[in-house]
Amino acid sequence: MTTQKEEYPLKKVCIICAKGTIEDVYATLVMANGAVMEGIEAKLFFTFFGLDAITKNRMEKLHTSTVGNPAMRMPGGLPFPTILGMIPGVEAGVSSMMKSQMDKLDMPPVKEFLEMIVAGGGEIYACKLAVDMFKLKKEDLTEEVVDIITVGDFYAMAGGIGTQIIFT
Amino acid sequence: MAEKVLAGTSVTVNAEGYFENPAQWTKEMAVEMAKDYNITLTDKHFAVLEYLRQQHNAGVQLTIRKVGNSGITDIKELYQLFPGGPLKISSKLAGIPKPTSCV
Repeated sequence: MTTQKEEYPLKKVCIICAKGTIEDVYATLVMANGAVMEGIEAKLFFTFFGLDAITKNRMEKLHTSTVGNPAMRMPGGLPFPTILGMIPGVEAGVSSMMKSQMDKLDMPPVKEFLEMIVAGGGEIYACKLAVDMFKLKKEDLTEEVVDIITVGDFYAMAGGIGTQIIFT
Repeated sequence: MAEKVLAGTSVTVNAEGYFENPAQWTKEMAVEMAKDYNITLTDKHFAVLEYLRQQHNAGVQLTIRKVGNSGITDIKELYQLFPGGPLKISSKLAGIPKPTSCV
């Protein structure tokens, strides 16, 4: 029996963001923006701590963890001792340094990044269960959010040949 | 690398059709290439192409955000001008290399 390998070009990505650190949120945003820039449809689903990225009073205050992050390095490349990361203010300092590095590469702040994705036709959704859990309301979320939806609604959008679900 | 005849002149392009030498580019070539994407170039399109060429010549790594902040167009309009590839297609039509940035 011969099997013919068929490839379908990617048409749509459905990206789930469940964590609220800088790197998790930006992985989602970069992949979504990269998709729409290539003419690929993008649907974003923010859940659990990922909701921070679309919550008005938290979205520009994301941090990266300086504790329990073995990949963390000091400027210059030396390992970053976890005990340093525990000192108050260190996490904030590291996070703002990361943001300034990203800005140099033209990675915008979260709100602007979401606007860019929406401008390209991407759609932003919030997870109903997580919104209820964190006792948030639609008005607590940034205007780029289309709707608060269930997992079932999200899967309903994820059909079709050439669609992939990505969990960042 | 390949030779391609655009607007009656032979130019050098890479495998994906991007110009190897931006100096070979003319507006007429852009008009002809745009037909492949069903785009009819307007003054607005040309303003974007000129901006891209100018930035490329200045050695700037282009991103969609830079174009959006250029004052020529916003990002939403850029998507409308070059559907399906706001930075890729515009760079190709501008006769500059394929953008290497992920944003």
